[in-house]
Formats: sequence, C-alpha cells, structure tokens
Amino acid sequence: MKSDDPVTRYALRLGDDALILGHRLSEWMSRAPFLEEDIALGNVALDFIGRARLFYQYAAERVGGGVTEDTFAYTRDVREFTNLLLCELPRGDFAFTLCRQFLYDAFSLPFTEALAGSADSRLAAIGAKAVKESRYHLRRSRDWIVRLGDGTEESHRRCQQALDELWIYTGEMFETDQLIDELVALGVAVDTAELRRCWIETVSETLRAATLTPPTATADVSGGRRGIHTDDLGFLLAELQFMQRAYPGLQW
Amino acid sequence: MDKRVALVPGEQTFQARIDAEEKIEPKDWMPEKYRQNLIRQISQHAHSEVIGEQPEGNWITRAPSLERKAILMAKVQDEAGHGLYLYAATETLGITREELIDRLHTGASKYASIFNYPSLTWADIGAIGWLVDSAAIVNQVSLQNTSYGPYARAMVRICKEESFHQRQGYNIMMTLMNGSQVQRDMAQDALDRWWWPSLMMFGPHDGESAHSAQSMKWKIKRRSNDDLRQQFVDQAVQQAEAIGLVVPDPDLQWDDARGHYDFGAIDWEEFERVISGNGPCNRQRLAHHKRAHREGAWVREAMAVHEAKQRLSNEDVA
Repeated sequence: MKSDDPVTRYALRLGDDALILGHRLSEWMSRAPFLEEDIALGNVALDFIGRARLFYQYAAERVGGGVTEDTFAYTRDVREFTNLLLCELPRGDFAFTLCRQFLYDAFSLPFTEALAGSADSRLAAIGAKAVKESRYHLRRSRDWIVRLGDGTEESHRRCQQALDELWIYTGEMFETDQLIDELVALGVAVDTAELRRCWIETVSETLRAATLTPPTATADVSGGRRGIHTDDLGFLLAELQFMQRAYPGLQW
Repeated sequence: MDKRVALVPGEQTFQARIDAEEKIEPKDWMPEKYRQNLIRQISQHAHSEVIGEQPEGNWITRAPSLERKAILMAKVQDEAGHGLYLYAATETLGITREELIDRLHTGASKYASIFNYPSLTWADIGAIGWLVDSAAIVNQVSLQNTSYGPYARAMVRICKEESFHQRQGYNIMMTLMNGSQVQRDMAQDALDRWWWPSLMMFGPHDGESAHSAQSMKWKIKRRSNDDLRQQFVDQAVQQAEAIGLVVPDPDLQWDDARGHYDFGAIDWEEFERVISGNGPCNRQRLAHHKRAHREGAWVREAMAVHEAKQRLSNEDVA
C-alpha cells in the first residue's frame, strides 16, 4: 500500500512509530515485575495503539478505495514500514523498555504539542489528543529512570547500560528529509530539528536526578524512515500480521 | 453505642451476624477458619485473574485487527486490575501479597483450572470471553452478597467489567459464525474444546465439594456449585444455538418438567488430572509467572531502596 501523497506518507510514519512501539510495550502484559506494572505498561501500550489507529484511519481516508487502518498495519512488508528504529528494538529487560520509553517520551511530548498546531486540521486534532497522554507517559517514564538510576547498584548498572545501547538510535528522531522539509514549509509537519534542545534539556535533567551518565556516543544509526530496519522488525511483523497473512481478506 | 461491641465475641455471635445478613469487615472478630477459608477462596480468585492474563495475552500480539487488539489489551488489563482488587481484599485478612504469590508458586494455592488449557486459535479468545467469563459472572454475581465486605464490594465492581468481557467474547464468536467456513470451523472447534472445562469451573457436585457446606453456612458461598452450573448451561446453550454453534454434548436436551437443560456427565477424571497439575499447560503457566516474578525482583528491590532513600532525604530536610 504505497502512496505518493506527502501528508499520507507523513501520517503513516507517525502511525508506524505508534504501532510498533505500542506492540513492543504490549509484549509486557503478564510479564511485568509486578501486577501494577502489567496494568501501567498495558495502559501506555493501549495509548500508542490508539494513536496508531488515528493516524492510519486518516491515511486510509486520504487513500480511499476500501483501504482501512488494518491494510496499513497488516498487509505491508518490512520495507514499507517507516517507523523509527528506536521503536522496533526488542523490549529487552525492564530497564531497556523504560529507558527507550523515556527517551521517546521526552521527544513525544514537545512533538505532539507542536503537531497540535499543524496546518492540517486532522493531524492537529490527533496531536492535541496525544499531548495529554504524552505528558502522563513522560512523567511516568521519567520517574522510573530516576528510581532505577538512583536505586540499587544493579538497577543503576542495567539502566546505564540500556541508555548507552539506546543512545545511537535517538538522533533519528530529529532527522529531516525531503518529505519533512516540504511539509514543514507548508506548516503541516513538525520541524523536529527544533525539538532537539528541549529534548536534551529534559534528558539531561532526568539523568542528573537519576545519577546516570549521559552517553558520549556521537554516531547515529538511522534508516527507518526509508524502510531500512533492523532484522527484528520482520519478526515483529510476522507475529503481528499472522492472522491476516494466514487467512487473508476475512473480517474478524 | 454499638451493641455488638458489648457482646463477647464468639462463634455464636458471629453466626448470628451472618444469619442477619450483616457484612463482616476486616477489623471484626471472625473465626480463624472463616479467615483461612476466605484467604483460600479470594486468593484463588485473584491468582485466576492473574494467570488468566496468559492465555489471552498470548493473542495480544497476534490479534487479527487493530480494533480487536485494542479491545483485548483493555480486557487483559481489566483482568490484571481484578487481580489487584482481589489481592487487596485478601490482604485485609492479614496476609501479604508476597506471601500469596509464594503460595501460588509452591502450589499451596490454586487458580482456576481452566487456564491450564491452551489458547490455540483466535476463536479461543472468543470462547474464553464468552464461556469462561460467563461462568465467572454467574459465580461472581452470587458472590456480590458474600458475607465478607471487601470481597462483596470487589465483586460488584468486577461484575460490571466482566459483562463487557463476556459481550466481546460472544461478539468474536458471532463474527466468526457470520464469516467463512474456515472461520465457522474455528469457532466450533473452540467451543468443542472449551465447553466441558467451562462446566468444570463450577467445581465438584454439591455432595462432593470439600469446602461447600461450611462456606454456605458462613455465606462465603451463596449458591451451590450445581445450581450455578445449571444456570450457566441454560444461558450458554441458547447463546450457542442463536449463532449456529453446536454444544458438544449428545445428552443435552431441554427438560420441560425441570424447566432446565439436562446435560451429560462431566469427566471428573480429567478435572482431577488438570487440577492436580497435569493439564496441557499447568507447568507453562506457573513457570511463566515465576519467571516474570524472578526477572522483576531487581526492579522491586530498586523501587524499595529508592523509596527508602527518598524518605531519608525528606527527613533530613525536615
């Protein structure tokens, strides 16, 4: 399901980020360190799946011709997914999941705030709805980083290690390309390069409170927006899309 | 002044309160056996909600549409929430959650045996919601009047959510029955596998139930196993027929005189086998829970240490 319409492509990127991250979070249900976290992680996962649906529904309407939200989620292959690599990395341990979440949430809050001002009214509405959730997500993941960083020796070590591993995937959030430049000029897309400073402030402040060391890696790994992914995404999709692939074209 | 306070606490007074339909609250005097009986029953119920996350959670990552995925996630989240209220209700009886989990892990405490069956296809998610949650509702509605206050109140809240779960399960089955032959076969196969275990959920026949008589006297249980099972059969058979499913029981027939469905004999050997640990997934269910608990130990420890540090620094400030 390819589209040349820039707004559709943009909505799909954002939908893909939300779906893939939501999927990774949902893998925790029944596996969290304690029952309250089964519920909380499920809650955040549900927010992201909900967000993915809003972006996909909008994209489906723009494409027309019987395409639905599920067409995008269940019938595209790896190369057509354009999510950030950060979102697709396997869930790892609890520290890895929460560090990833924090690094993303620190980006997602200013991003959704800015999206709420998009010249595209549908994207603006989705952004406005997501701001409230994002604020809660950030508060929650920030608290966890502080707790784990400033907890035991083991939790500190695991958290620092997760942070170091994840760091090289954070630059992709702020990359721009031709599509973004074009849509930024129209006031539709968020200029993520401008969010970087705000993100660094949130991250630095939190790491300080958590007694964690900001990673020094300067290299960035990216490619998600061009459909160049890690090997892990294919396995995620194999699971996510199993039913629609095994029994194509049916209503469930 | 409350007259009850002046009475000498004892079994007789306690039974009089029960007979008068008064609710027993955590700080009230209660016979030790009543307390232990409740701990057994409520914690078993809590563990069932928690272990029940697994067969359904299995399909969260494989749900066939985004809508179904979101609904299933919300449902599993509700089940975890039920586990939480019920652990909290059990804790009012003077036992910690850590001890309860320990009992689950050692096998001292049970959970609903039905969750030892696998959820092999998407239709199983329909069957679990429809049958297992229906059976749970039939049982839990009767427990809204149970004699222990915190348990009764938890049941009121849980029943509301369960009826939404039951509808989503039935809706999955209905959608399948309105679909292709492959989908109808999938739905029928799920019913074939889940029907008898659902009937077993109500426990042994009244005459053979180990805890029933005393539990009824104390009004922990309000209706007998057989009574509840009959109500479930009566409603589920009609629901099955309404969407073209065939209940896998050749002896099933409407009995005009009784005004109920007669149904075939339950395979109690299978019930015993599964309850005693040899169902298809007993080992996996427990191993899954133990593993998550073990892998989360460092998180719980970090949380406790961090809290202690915070308390200390707050005291310093004060």
